[in-house]
Amino acid sequence: MATPAQSTLHAKVPAGRLQDKWDAYRDTVGLVSPANKRKHSILVIGTGLAGGSAAATLAGLGYQVTCFCIQDSARRAHSIAAQGGINAAKNYPNDGDTIWRLFYDTIKGGDYRSREANVYRLAQVSGNIIDQAVAQGVPFAREYGGLLANRSFGGAQVSRTFYARGQTGQQLLLGAYQALSHQIATGNVSMLPRREMLDLVVVNGHARGVITRNLVTGALERHLGDAVLLCTGGYGNAYYLSTNAQNSNVTAAWRCYKRGAYFANPCFTQIHPTCIPVSGGYQSKLTLMSESLRNDGRVWVPRDPEDRRAPAQIPEPDRDYYLERRYPSFGNLVPRDVASRAAKKECDAGRGVGTTRLAVYLDFADAVGRLGEQTVRERYGNLFEMYQRITGENPYKEPMRIYPAVHYTMGGLWVDYELQSSLRGLFVLGEANFSDHGANRLGASALMQGLADGYFVIPYTLGAYLSGARLDSSITTDHDAFVSAEREARERLHTLLSAQGDKTVTQYHRELGQLLWNHVGMSRNREGLEAAAAQIRALRQEFWERVRVPGDNDTYNKNLEFAGRVADFMELGELMARDALEREESCGGHFREEHQTAEGEALRNDQDYAHVTAWQYAGSETAPVQHQEPLVFETVQPTSRSYK
Amino acid sequence: MAEQMTIHLRIWRQAGPDAPGRLVDYTVAGANEHMSFLELLDVLNEQLVHRGEEPVAFDSDCREGICGSCGVLVGGIAHGPQRRTAVCQLHMRSFKDGDRIVVEPFRARAFPLVKDLVVDRSAFDRIISAGGFISTTTGGAPDANALPVSKDAADEAMDYATCIGCGACVAACPNASASLFTAAKISHLALLPQGSVEASRRVVAMVRQMSEEGFGDCSNHTECEAVCPKGISIACIARMRREYVKAVLC
Repeated sequence: MATPAQSTLHAKVPAGRLQDKWDAYRDTVGLVSPANKRKHSILVIGTGLAGGSAAATLAGLGYQVTCFCIQDSARRAHSIAAQGGINAAKNYPNDGDTIWRLFYDTIKGGDYRSREANVYRLAQVSGNIIDQAVAQGVPFAREYGGLLANRSFGGAQVSRTFYARGQTGQQLLLGAYQALSHQIATGNVSMLPRREMLDLVVVNGHARGVITRNLVTGALERHLGDAVLLCTGGYGNAYYLSTNAQNSNVTAAWRCYKRGAYFANPCFTQIHPTCIPVSGGYQSKLTLMSESLRNDGRVWVPRDPEDRRAPAQIPEPDRDYYLERRYPSFGNLVPRDVASRAAKKECDAGRGVGTTRLAVYLDFADAVGRLGEQTVRERYGNLFEMYQRITGENPYKEPMRIYPAVHYTMGGLWVDYELQSSLRGLFVLGEANFSDHGANRLGASALMQGLADGYFVIPYTLGAYLSGARLDSSITTDHDAFVSAEREARERLHTLLSAQGDKTVTQYHRELGQLLWNHVGMSRNREGLEAAAAQIRALRQEFWERVRVPGDNDTYNKNLEFAGRVADFMELGELMARDALEREESCGGHFREEHQTAEGEALRNDQDYAHVTAWQYAGSETAPVQHQEPLVFETVQPTSRSYK
Repeated sequence: MAEQMTIHLRIWRQAGPDAPGRLVDYTVAGANEHMSFLELLDVLNEQLVHRGEEPVAFDSDCREGICGSCGVLVGGIAHGPQRRTAVCQLHMRSFKDGDRIVVEPFRARAFPLVKDLVVDRSAFDRIISAGGFISTTTGGAPDANALPVSKDAADEAMDYATCIGCGACVAACPNASASLFTAAKISHLALLPQGSVEASRRVVAMVRQMSEEGFGDCSNHTECEAVCPKGISIACIARMRREYVKAVLC
């Protein structure tokens, strides 16, 4: 049984038929007139697909936008690394796709743990995203006739994925970045790179500003706004090794949590099945091999755990194409959570390959035979090159070795239908929110969601807030809330620098990552989760006494940046374990060993857990308060998710 | 187990833009072929922290060769000896036990030094802001298939659009020219029908900005193409010149 919640959250989903909700909302929502838009200043934190598209769009509408990014340029946000593609229900291939099907695949892929109305809206605007990107000059792949090409992705039986070689995220991000650059040139956006948000400033219950640190000079800065848009991505780096970038972190979102925004479903993390396996303890990150590879690559392991022959020497009868065997209708294109667990199961049974035995083969021999090397090169050339650069092996000649790695976080700050958090005036977009992917995200849906939020949702919902909120225009950055938030940020930096212990920030990060990977990873159980929570708590206490952060505050100091982020990851890690413990069911990426079918598939508990768990901060040594948003399925009937 | 290597590094250290800089020697034992070059620097930095010394500052983010954050001269070559590879994807199998490697920042007047191996490449952002976009606002775009684009044009545009904005082209050029970077964006957009509408205005504004930022002119050394981690062809520079001539003379 689920623990009773403190309160029930209302997502402000409009009434009416699912298909009509977004139109009805837009018909009646409050507007801000062009002359008044100029008077509103909006703070956008992050310049990935969500932040970049939102900042460009809002500036284009006439709002005064101040935009922040952690890298040296807005063009470098981690959306840039997305490889495979972006989904849209265009149905250009005429293979039976509809908005309904994209909605249904996404909600089923998320194992019925996402909000129907949000997911439907996402599918509705998906086609507009492609139109917008093409208008910006995004060079999507095309057919010889000049029209756009599509490919298929996991969890779907239609080809609805648009792509630009294996660099779709890069091209979509550059499209948004260029639109943002255009707005910077017009003076509608003030762009501040190399800034990290260290706190949210809340005045009279409204988010009214942020405290940022200039990462070159160390200066703390106060910024006042009428609304704050948090577009800071996910928290996969809590695990230390992930496919995230070095600078991806949870700090901005965590500061919002500590200021009163609820954190939803933190245990929903996505472990991506096709990544290059870990090779050594010095490793700083894991590299994804796009899911699109599973279109043509076949996953297998030797049938016999003792079989140490080179892959080419293993004849067909001695190979187990376990995804094709277990899931004949989706085969190698089962969703990510299913593929990851299946790989773990094979490796746990001793059938893993490579020196660490923590890998399975992804084999292109059939595809090269069927299509020729040239076609395979056209489809995946840059991915094959990347694999070869990292491993020194040629995937045209021998199968890739792959293993699951942390990739994406479905959990995030709780938002309502308008993408507004539980704090008025704080909107959360893209991976930083929890809303659209439930317990598992389908491939090619992250780009879709980030851009849907930024280009097509926030322009309406922000207007609704601003037209209704009566904001106190007398507030300045001298207000007590700004002064005290800045002081707290300064004291925290000082504490980190003055500990002068004997362990490095990286050592702590690795230890935390190992705890989370072992106990809050692909497979979880009560005992492990309780142990992880206790060990993380102990690690967190030790950190503040023994960490050693070299250098000063008033200079470019990566260790100082990372120290603050690791401290926040530790607090988050504890919440992830708590949330995983609380959710006594298996769904999507959250697999509780206690809850599985006889075949080892995830066993959901709709009776007790068809809800979003949203946690409210209650102090560093006090248990957080649990709130719940019931998930009401008016249109689809949650069924046992089968890809067999 | 991979074989252990000992690598001798000579790294540019400079506390800030106005501080004096110098090359400092470090030795890292225990490297192996699967380690990336930046992971070697990570290992060095961990050792420096334990010794109570200031770690070497360098930019890096995605570590998979796509964000363009990283970039240093390795042995005098931007991004190091392996062609078409950003330094985050350069692996130690490109080196051998006992190698001595000099590591320096990307140097150019338009890239002021921030600290150690970190430079300020914001000039690139200002070049894009000058015209490296198609003027659209959100909404109102026609159906994506309303305007067919030939596969050849789309593919060639994509070749240029893969630029990651790392600045290696500038660091490698004897003139510290940003021509490859600027021309890649001009060509990407000029090759597409959507981008041709503003082609004239774009090329003039971007070339002017490039020059105002203090980058030199192109004199066909082709060093930029040789070090570009994305293998962008200098053919785009020829296209930029044609576009420029068309814009100012026709």
